[in-house]
Amino acid sequence: MRPPPFAAFIEEHRATVYRFLLATVGPHDADDCFQETFIAALRAYPTVRDDGNLRGWILTIATRKAIDHGRAKRRRPVPMDDLPETGVGFELDGASEVWDAVRALPPMQRAAVVHRYVIDMSYAEIGRLLDCTEEAARANAYEGRRKLRAALAPVRGPDLVTTDAEVR
Amino acid sequence: MNDTLATLGRLDVDAASRRAADQLVRRAAAAGLIDIAVATVDTPMGALLVAGTREGLVRVAFPEEHPDVVLQELADAVSPRILRDRRRLDRTLRELDEYFDGRRRRFTTRIDWQLIPAGFSRRVLEETARIPYGSVSTYGEVANRAGSRRAARAAGNALHDNPVPVVVPCHRVVPSSGGIGQYGGSEWRKEYLLSLEGWLAR
Repeated sequence: MRPPPFAAFIEEHRATVYRFLLATVGPHDADDCFQETFIAALRAYPTVRDDGNLRGWILTIATRKAIDHGRAKRRRPVPMDDLPETGVGFELDGASEVWDAVRALPPMQRAAVVHRYVIDMSYAEIGRLLDCTEEAARANAYEGRRKLRAALAPVRGPDLVTTDAEVR
Repeated sequence: MNDTLATLGRLDVDAASRRAADQLVRRAAAAGLIDIAVATVDTPMGALLVAGTREGLVRVAFPEEHPDVVLQELADAVSPRILRDRRRLDRTLRELDEYFDGRRRRFTTRIDWQLIPAGFSRRVLEETARIPYGSVSTYGEVANRAGSRRAARAAGNALHDNPVPVVVPCHRVVPSSGGIGQYGGSEWRKEYLLSLEGWLAR
């Protein structure tokens, strides 16, 4: 089936993609990655087939952009002066250390954690998205969570340390 | 921690993602990635959906044809790279405004005919585009000018399927037997347009 008009496609997926990018690259870079994601999608759009999983398709692109973005950023750190003065306005109250810790994770673990816990995807979906097996997706999410716990235990106290039983 | 992660899943990102989507339209336009720009123009006959390619105006639709349906048809027939962007359509929108205001008698907008394959139907529409403001032709006359004297009924069908009504004035074609005849966009609109142009007494 041919895909819907791009205007309708954006309208349907913009919030999910934005939420995902907010969690993976942070409020300052979410806009840029959002633009790159949908421009890449628009370029490829005439050849895409609507197999009922355009959401998976756009999230695959967003994931790739978020990972590339993380890599590029490590290569050339952005000086503080270059940060846009107006953030997107998202208050991650009391949780900013969590997001800093999430963004400090290696790209695959970060993507797995966010897909699983922020936009609630199954490991099978995450595996398809990250181009790895379901087991690898689970392992990445598990390892990501383990690192988050280790990073956050000193700041957040032991109440935040969860048991393995919580890891679905 | 699960709770904190879940918080982000519930954040209201609607406004921020809408702004980002608006910005995307400008980026897409600058990168030449919009195959069809669409916009809506308010007129005394209702909100018209207007769609343009790089070649010209490709579609004008009355509100009864649901916009989602019209856009899906364009996506299937032309390209799914469709975004709402008024800038490419600026001139057409302005001319439509002026026309409904009684300040314009001729459209200078280029037409993209790709929805109508070359042939009799297209010639009928091209001939119709030449009928001057405030005057009318009959179905038979238009058929004749399009090269087929006896094809008045076929001309009527072609006019009914006019993808760019108002701009290509199919409302200026009437039956030789009298009356104003049929109109794809409901007859009251044909009557309205012919009155606006002064052919029918108001």
